[in-house]
Amino acid sequence: MRRRRHDVVVVGAGPAGLSAAATAASMGRSVLLLDQAPRPGGQIWRHRAGASLPARARHLLDRVRESGAVHAVATVVDAPAPDTLMVDFGGRVDLVHTAAVVLATGAVERLLPFPGWTLPGVTGVGGLQALLKGGLQVRGRRIVLAGTGPLLYPVAASLATAGARVLAVLEQAPFSAVAKFGTRALRDPHRFVDAVRWRATAWRSAWHHDAWVVRAEGGERLEAVTISVGGRERRIACDWLGAAAGLVPRTELARLLGCALEGEAIAVDATQATSIPGIWAAGECTGVKGDAAAVLEGEIAGATAAGDGGGMASRHAVARGQGIAFGRQLADTFALQPALRTRVTPEAMLCRCEDVRVGAIDPAWTARQAKLWTRVGMGVCQGTVCGVACTALYGWEPPQVRPPLAAPPLAAWARWLTDVDSPTES
Amino acid sequence: MSGDVTIHLDGVPRRVPAGVTLAAALCNLEHLAFRRDLGGGPRAPLCGMGTCFECRLSVDGVAGTRACLIEVHEGMRVELTR
Repeated sequence: MRRRRHDVVVVGAGPAGLSAAATAASMGRSVLLLDQAPRPGGQIWRHRAGASLPARARHLLDRVRESGAVHAVATVVDAPAPDTLMVDFGGRVDLVHTAAVVLATGAVERLLPFPGWTLPGVTGVGGLQALLKGGLQVRGRRIVLAGTGPLLYPVAASLATAGARVLAVLEQAPFSAVAKFGTRALRDPHRFVDAVRWRATAWRSAWHHDAWVVRAEGGERLEAVTISVGGRERRIACDWLGAAAGLVPRTELARLLGCALEGEAIAVDATQATSIPGIWAAGECTGVKGDAAAVLEGEIAGATAAGDGGGMASRHAVARGQGIAFGRQLADTFALQPALRTRVTPEAMLCRCEDVRVGAIDPAWTARQAKLWTRVGMGVCQGTVCGVACTALYGWEPPQVRPPLAAPPLAAWARWLTDVDSPTES
Repeated sequence: MSGDVTIHLDGVPRRVPAGVTLAAALCNLEHLAFRRDLGGGPRAPLCGMGTCFECRLSVDGVAGTRACLIEVHEGMRVELTR
């Protein structure tokens, strides 16, 4: 075991984390920026070596590089105290001491069960894009996308650009709600131009509202999906299905640290401070509202964590409020239709880690009873996937978080136990 | 990014493009059953970003490695989880 010491530790290298790290480091603080992914950028700017990125992403990545912040590919395993993180640096577990933690843990997809969703070829919407960015070949592949919210647009466009046949794009929200949202979006020229460009790129696809997947079929892999459009069912043969029900803030580490939540998001004040002193949070983990708001919130969180006394927060107060208002519009417009919950059948897999089917659960149980009697949510993903589903289906609180958040290899634990406590370095 | 690398899939050498994630590389090879569930059903990547653990397999002797989080490298030894 080795001890490291930094003024500020930022968890998550997406737009919010990059911005927080660059800001705190440029104020002279020693900053450690942690992320599980091989390269910084988060999900939205996930890229392979040499891939092209939007100008604002390149600019932010440059800022981080020039700021002196240290980026490490690493996973937070535990948080024994708010000022101490146990971190797995690629098989070596170290203790990191810090005066300030900025949580920029982003969002995960809300993945709701439906019959056949464990078939290979069924992924999330962002999940499919992540695989594409990781090098998945989709040329000529038949793809159906089923989800909700603005994410459908860039994902459909990037798949079409890569040569896929995106047969259908299903938005679960009704047309009226999306149209109202679109009218508001006209006020933001950047968002509008992006939406039009993406939609034009995927012009061959059939776009439907009030539409979702009823079931997926196949043997060793996905072969077809049955979709519902405005209440009418139809079967489409396809190779890949990207299906999700929007995004949900990722809060495991925040909950482990004891930070209060507001709904599904980490509760923060105007300076991005959480309920626990010394811990700040920024970006999608404090509520889904897009990358522009995340960069801004990261700047506020980074500055406050570096001790600017709230100056950055006051300068950005108005823009921050606009970001939050946009987040509310997103949540209202793309609220889940009840059918996404009622489409589950008893045979549908609920907990994919422990192989617990929907039929094994009595919705009248508490989350704890369900855990004890079925092991739902007790598998290797720690309920990250099915916990969100159980909240949507049964109204259960998110599962209690226990360390390790992600189990390091056994060899790392062995080294942890046998290594002498070597001197601090930073 | 230049050229291909060789990975060993359950001992069988396969050439894959350098710089891709192991998850994408296996999908491109049509090796879609990354692991099997209790009923023997195939499982494959779902979230693509390291949260669902559906793509876990043994890489260079380390069990439980998430294929979506690592890139292929020359000589990588991959054992599908059974």
